[in-house]
Amino acid sequence: MTDLTRLTLAQARDGLKAKEFTSVELTQAHVDAVARAKSLNAYIVETPEKALDMAKASDAKLAKGEGGALEGLPLGIKDLYCTEGVQTTAASHILEGFIPQYESTVTSNLWRDGAVMLGKLNLDEFAMGSSNETSYFGPVVSPWRRKNSDAKIVPGGSSGGSSAAVAAHLCLGATATDTGGSIRQPAAFTGTVGIKPTYGRCSRWGIVAFASSLDQAGPIARTVRDAAIMLRSMAGHDVKDTTSVDAPVPDYEQAIGASVKGKVIGIPREYRLDGMSPEIAALWDQGVAWLKAAGAEIREISLPHTKHALPAYYIVAPAEASSNLARYDGIRYGLRKTGKDIVDLYEKTRAEGFGKEVRRRIMIGTYVLSAGYYDAYYLRAQKIRTLIKRDFDLAYESGVDAILTPATPSPAFAQGEKGSADPVEMYLNDVFTVTVNMAGLPGLVVPAGLSSDGLPLGLQLIGRPFEEETLFSLGEAIEQAAPKIVLPEPWWG
Amino acid sequence: MNTPAKHKLIAGATGDWEVVIGLEIHAQVTSKSKLFSGASTEFGGEPNTHVSLVDAAMPGMLPVINEECVKQAIRTGLALKAKINHRSVFDRKNYFYPDLPQGYQISQFKHPIVGEGEVLVDLSPTEQIKVGIERLHLEQDAGKSLHDLSANDSHVDLNRSGVALMEIVSKPDMRSADEAKAYVSKLRTILRYAGTCDGNMEQGSLRADVNVSVRKPGDPFGTRCEIKNVNSIRFIGQAIDVEARRQIGILEDGGKIDQETRLYDPTKGETRSMRSKEEAHDYRYFPDPDLLPLEFDQPYVDALAEGLPELPDEKKARFIAQYGLTPYDAGVLVLERAFGDYFEDAAKGRDSKLVANWVINELFGRLNKEGKDIETSPVSAAQIGGIVDLISANTISGKIAKDLFEIVWSEGGDPAEIVEKRGMKQVTDTGAIEAAVDEIIAKNPDKVEQAKAKPTMLGWFVGQVMKATGGKANPQAVNELLKSKLGI
Repeated sequence: MTDLTRLTLAQARDGLKAKEFTSVELTQAHVDAVARAKSLNAYIVETPEKALDMAKASDAKLAKGEGGALEGLPLGIKDLYCTEGVQTTAASHILEGFIPQYESTVTSNLWRDGAVMLGKLNLDEFAMGSSNETSYFGPVVSPWRRKNSDAKIVPGGSSGGSSAAVAAHLCLGATATDTGGSIRQPAAFTGTVGIKPTYGRCSRWGIVAFASSLDQAGPIARTVRDAAIMLRSMAGHDVKDTTSVDAPVPDYEQAIGASVKGKVIGIPREYRLDGMSPEIAALWDQGVAWLKAAGAEIREISLPHTKHALPAYYIVAPAEASSNLARYDGIRYGLRKTGKDIVDLYEKTRAEGFGKEVRRRIMIGTYVLSAGYYDAYYLRAQKIRTLIKRDFDLAYESGVDAILTPATPSPAFAQGEKGSADPVEMYLNDVFTVTVNMAGLPGLVVPAGLSSDGLPLGLQLIGRPFEEETLFSLGEAIEQAAPKIVLPEPWWG
Repeated sequence: MNTPAKHKLIAGATGDWEVVIGLEIHAQVTSKSKLFSGASTEFGGEPNTHVSLVDAAMPGMLPVINEECVKQAIRTGLALKAKINHRSVFDRKNYFYPDLPQGYQISQFKHPIVGEGEVLVDLSPTEQIKVGIERLHLEQDAGKSLHDLSANDSHVDLNRSGVALMEIVSKPDMRSADEAKAYVSKLRTILRYAGTCDGNMEQGSLRADVNVSVRKPGDPFGTRCEIKNVNSIRFIGQAIDVEARRQIGILEDGGKIDQETRLYDPTKGETRSMRSKEEAHDYRYFPDPDLLPLEFDQPYVDALAEGLPELPDEKKARFIAQYGLTPYDAGVLVLERAFGDYFEDAAKGRDSKLVANWVINELFGRLNKEGKDIETSPVSAAQIGGIVDLISANTISGKIAKDLFEIVWSEGGDPAEIVEKRGMKQVTDTGAIEAAVDEIIAKNPDKVEQAKAKPTMLGWFVGQVMKATGGKANPQAVNELLKSKLGI
């Protein structure tokens, strides 16, 4: 039998349906791959027994010709999603050992459709980071390496466990979350596909909150089709999340292969940053050429408030985070460090429980919401946010169907290479992605080529609200046109 | 708005002082479940038995607004003749405390659901003041910290955590402890009428933060102190008096008032500093990103307005107009919705003033004495009505009626039947009364002589006749007969 982990999610689904193999076989292959790949540190918790139990149940359904859209397909779950009976940590010491009594809505949807859980994937602590180096459980290592180098490359963040696991075939697909680029940047860094759907498309219930007005769940997968299949199961209205939207979930897979002829693609001139690497500029031009060749119409557009997006994001997101993370106080669950009084308990617990980057963002968020600073920072950032959203609205009103941009300003970097001296250097990774969260729009990243040193590069497509289907069609067009990106032979075991 | 009345001023060593009072009332919304979760709001459960995952602020939990609480806030706003804001916003008020699981309270800061309104407060049958309402907003209650269960640890009960509160903020329109007390009583009455808060202060359903400052009449407002969490109307009055005296003392000694938060200690009869302005929390309010702005339209408000019962002020006016009651009686009868209902049941087709008299003086007096409330009154509206019927028909005298009330109170039964069975009917037969009168006159010739000189002796004869007839003689007939027979 061929290595079942080499299949795409769609191929595995079809193979199960055709009874070419069983879910137990498929799952076992992934369980074994996960067990061999400890050096990548992609999983915080592995759940092989649970996976095989779920696979058996799926096989029973499949044997009867029953089963959901994801029946028997083994997936990895970002450890930001609460999973009933399985430790959920957000990669933070403060939640180490926390076992939820409830299941997030998105993962419930996946299990409803028959998916199998392989375990909980590593991430930046509380999803704060762009390289997966802030995890309390240690950094995730990308399966990719630079040409002629065995330096450890970062898989991006915060969904670095998800991107690494998908790229290294340690699951057929993974859940991820995106607050400022945490699905798309890791996808770009690992040659995988990631979509952050429209804000409100997926329920946030049961996902550990980072910045509530920006957080969205989405999948990382190896193909556009696989991402479409996963999103259909993940998405949907949830009465438990009043920011989720009550709109029907289309069969996104239908959009794969649909013609993109006549689609108007906006190219925002403000994204051509000063000092943009020629490699990224060339990739972008290449993407334009591919879409043009596929029949799309290319139009230069202006999104004038783009340059304010990153600073505004780094006010709004920490502000919300400083409040969202207040519940981790050592009183009811998670880590507690006793102190001489309640304030001492809080200070010791939170000082030890949170890592440096999380503490930094809590400090920033607390500061920008403080009396006397609120108007100058938070309020102004919210105004910028409105302007950014209006930029996009105007572009779409003018007839643009989607916007094409680079996904990241550079390929993946090596561990320890960025941000140790200046955190802003790390924050700059999100320069192309944060606008999408600020405006609540859908954004898809597809692999488009390799950098000069052999690392993947991605392109980003930004869509109209709730028009993810257009992104899947366009994304697949790029996928078809782009050279196949081949992962080096497994060096991690 | 209210000009200082001399009798409300406090005399100090340097002259008269005026107290200025504003109140923030925290009223627990009557609802089955909490403001943002499905957990029960029932009072008195075992600790931590009414706690949902949201109330305990488990990771990833999200608040979902309870529409009934929104409706209750709108109803209250309507009852306070206040502006209803069709769009309001929930904000987070951030601070750390073990009984606040989220690390923030969801409240409404800049955009409350209810804006300015007004409450008419009766100080006496003839004196009314208007107290302005600044705003009303919805917010979550906190849990309860318990420090006395063990020597070293504190415990937290989250049953109250997330229960809906309405914070009702008055304007600084009150000028004495009595005014403040009357305002709280009236507000409580309105809330109970509207069915939006049970007003139960012992169970903490109504708590007050009292803002007190003092000034010389005509001067601008002085610096205020806020007395937190006063939980009875009596204590509100005491706290205001004590705090006003404290502030006057400081000012008259040449000192100045520090703006601060204080606590009232009823056992010591003093207020104590809790935290100064410098120590005040920076709550870092910002709109709660988990919740969309709260929006509804005018038809939604209209439907709620239609469902509101007649409110105390309207009912009082109607009682005066429809039943000819005095403002005092009408005022007493509208204090509770059940009072008015009881009265109107009893007054149907009867002498309403007499009914009001009986309800207020006999029934309420007795209920008060026995610590019972109207819902558990042993005497029903129909029974009171029956007693009044017997009085109106001259079947029994007022005095016998009181005896009858006693019997109905303790034994129950139909008043008319009781009167019939026990022979309590008033004797109006002049023959029978005349016989008794003649007998008394015949037996007491000396008294007859005295009475001729001193007509006030008549009372003694009336008493004797009533005694002889077992109190059933019609007093008017007795009087007239005696007067003519004695020639006075």
